[in-house]
Amino acid sequence: MKRVGVLALQGAVREHVRMLEELGCQTVLVKHKEHLEGLDGLILPGGESTTMRKLLDRYELMGPIRSLAQKGVPMFGTCAGLILLAKEVVDHDPHLAVMDVVVARNSYGRQVDSFEVNLNIQAIGEAIPAVFIRAPHIVSVGEGVEVLAEHDGKIVLARDGHLLGCSFHPELTTDLRIVKYFVTTMV
Amino acid sequence: MKQTGTELVKRGMAEMQKGGVIMDVINAEQAKIAEAAGAVAVMALERVPSDIRKAGGVARMADPRIVEEVMAAVTIPVMAKARIGHIVEARVLEAMGVDYIDESEVLTPADEEYHLLKSDYTVPFVCGCRDLGEAARRIGEGASMLRTKGEPGTGNIVEAVRHIRKVNAQVRKVVGMTEDELMTEAKLLGAPFELLREIKKLGRLPVVNFAAGGVATPADAALMMELGADGVFVGSGIFKSENPEKFARAIVEATTHYKDYKLIAEISKELGVPMKGIDIAQLSQSERMQERGW
Repeated sequence: MKRVGVLALQGAVREHVRMLEELGCQTVLVKHKEHLEGLDGLILPGGESTTMRKLLDRYELMGPIRSLAQKGVPMFGTCAGLILLAKEVVDHDPHLAVMDVVVARNSYGRQVDSFEVNLNIQAIGEAIPAVFIRAPHIVSVGEGVEVLAEHDGKIVLARDGHLLGCSFHPELTTDLRIVKYFVTTMV
Repeated sequence: MKQTGTELVKRGMAEMQKGGVIMDVINAEQAKIAEAAGAVAVMALERVPSDIRKAGGVARMADPRIVEEVMAAVTIPVMAKARIGHIVEARVLEAMGVDYIDESEVLTPADEEYHLLKSDYTVPFVCGCRDLGEAARRIGEGASMLRTKGEPGTGNIVEAVRHIRKVNAQVRKVVGMTEDELMTEAKLLGAPFELLREIKKLGRLPVVNFAAGGVATPADAALMMELGADGVFVGSGIFKSENPEKFARAIVEATTHYKDYKLIAEISKELGVPMKGIDIAQLSQSERMQERGW
């Protein structure tokens, strides 16, 4: 059984746990560095990236998570999680800085501009529901980074080897395909 | 096709706040302190509830200048309060691009019979509740998030505890009922029948439920999480304490690590004096904000 952690400082934790369990994974809530031991993969959920960053610092999780990513442990960041993974964040300091993408925060405006849309993602499937909430987007990607989905000319899902990041929240829907893609092809 | 203001988008926004602390602030400086402490959102107000109590008179939506100032100061979401039933205050806040509106009993109600039809708006709403009937009526009107009412501005957790226990006990009861018992329960609670069916199916409320009203210490915040709240609103408790930065940080940490009692002991050391509390029994009926709303 694959053992997948979900960073559980704040945000859409229970949604990811539910999806991982439906996909037959063993889940671990990651609040302290001890919880990172023996993980086959890690999900960084949606939430508030500034809040998560403060707590990552206070509980000395930044270094350990970064070194896991550098060792090749697969990680998937959704929305705030994508911001945490990105090597560069427009107008802000980066966080884990492991995924070779440049990300802009709140790219679509405030909450009244938040939206849902169906995406066709060649590598994964057709009409995948995507919920964008005060969402970031990927401005540019480094060499070797695969762009998996775009919406309105903006990159919203990309894969950098063992790291996957998206602007939206697959965890808010009942469609398992994107998380399944992560679990089956990357973990 | 791209759709804004859907139920999923509005409820989803609240899902992203889970496990976090939303703090009342009255200016840009306080908003920055809250953000630096790790708040997941701020509530922009003209006065915190304890000052609303002191000032008396009619409490209204904040000056839009204050809301704007707070929105410009932070990158985390900004909420603001409109009076119960005040359609125009709510529309004004929506037009300003506020991320969430609290249809709040902390302000003087504008309508003593009807709440806002919140499903009509693109912006999501949070509303207070004391029991499942009230919670379900607010969800029925389109609230995307709930919070217990507590007794705001008192620094006394007793009412918030009463309300979260009540709501959760009633949810457990509905979940345990058979289908044929739900209609009578809906009648007794004054709750929409379809919502009770949904609660039974989900095994919980269909929206996030935060605790609010009277949270003054890290232990109070952790207590509300222990009792099943999805997160915590702190009103007067932070900026009416002796050391707002330390209180704010400690309350954020206690909310995340609410079962880690050693850690809560550590972060509660030498915090200084919390806000001065009020015994609820000393409040007259007309001073009890939780009675507002129907």
